[in-house]
Amino acid sequence: MEEHKDDVGSKIGMWIFLLSEVILFGGLFILCTAYRYKFRGDFHLAAMELNRILGTLNTVILLTSSLTMALSIASIRKDSRASSFGYLAATVFLGLLFLGNKYIEWSAKVGHGIYPNSPDLLGRSSGEVLFFGLYYAMTGLHGLHVLVGVGLLSVMCFFVVKGRIKKTDFILLENSGLYWHLVDIIWIFLFPLFYLMT
Amino acid sequence: MEQSNRIQSATRRTYVIVWVGLLMLTGVTVSVAGMDLGQLGVLVALTIAGVKSCLVFLYFMHLRYERGFFFKLIIPVTVLLLVLFIGMVFTDIAFR
Repeated sequence: MEEHKDDVGSKIGMWIFLLSEVILFGGLFILCTAYRYKFRGDFHLAAMELNRILGTLNTVILLTSSLTMALSIASIRKDSRASSFGYLAATVFLGLLFLGNKYIEWSAKVGHGIYPNSPDLLGRSSGEVLFFGLYYAMTGLHGLHVLVGVGLLSVMCFFVVKGRIKKTDFILLENSGLYWHLVDIIWIFLFPLFYLMT
Repeated sequence: MEQSNRIQSATRRTYVIVWVGLLMLTGVTVSVAGMDLGQLGVLVALTIAGVKSCLVFLYFMHLRYERGFFFKLIIPVTVLLLVLFIGMVFTDIAFR
C-alpha cells in the first residue's frame, strides 16, 4: 500500500498551530501592556529588580539555538546525518542551558521573598504584585514551551540516529524547527517587555 | 517527498549572517534601554523586537523561500489580528 505524504499540508497545519500560540501569548502581552499603562510607576520600580544580564544572556542562548536548529535542517538536506545530529544535540543543550539560567533567576527571586502570594510581595503596591504575577506567568509559560521543545528535539535526535529523518523525508525535523523558532520569537518580545522597558 | 526538496533554502552562510544580525540588534536594544528615552524607548524596543522576529520568520523559518498564498499571508494576517486586538483594547482604556 502506498503511503500518503503531504509535506506542504503538514507544514500549513504546523503554521496554523503556531498562529494559535501567537494569539495565546498575544493575549498575555495585551494584559501586561494594559496594566503597564495603568501602573506605570509600579511597573518601573518592579522591572528595575530583574536581572538584565541574565535576561540578555538567555536571549543570546536562544538566538544561538535557533541558528543551530536551522543548521541542523540545512545539514539533513545535504544528507549529512552526523552533523545534523550534532547541531540538533547542540540545540537541545542550549535549550537546557536557557532553563538552567531561568532556574537560577527564579531561585534568586524566590530567595528574596518574591513569588506569587508571598507575604513580602503582598505587602507591596498592587502594580508590583501584578508585574511579578505576569512575570512568573509569562516567563513560566514560555519556559514550559522551551521544556516541551527540548523534549521534542530530543525525540528528533533519536529519529535522526535511527534514520527515520533523512534527506528525502525530514518534515518532522522541519516542523519541530518551526516550533523552536516560534518559541525564540516569543522570547524576543518577552525580553524587552520585562527586562528592558523600565 | 520531492516537494520539500524542491523548496529552496538559505545557505549556511546566510544563517550565520542572520544570526550575527540578531545578536547585533540585541546589543543595540540593550544599550538603548540603558539610556533614558522615556516613552520613545518603548517604541524603539518594540521596533527592534519586530525586526528581529521578521528575520527569524523569513530566514530561519524559511518563509522567504516558501511559495503559495498561505505562506505569503501568514505574517500579515497575524500582525493584523494582533494590531486589531491591541488597538481595540487601547481605545477602550484610553477613552474610558
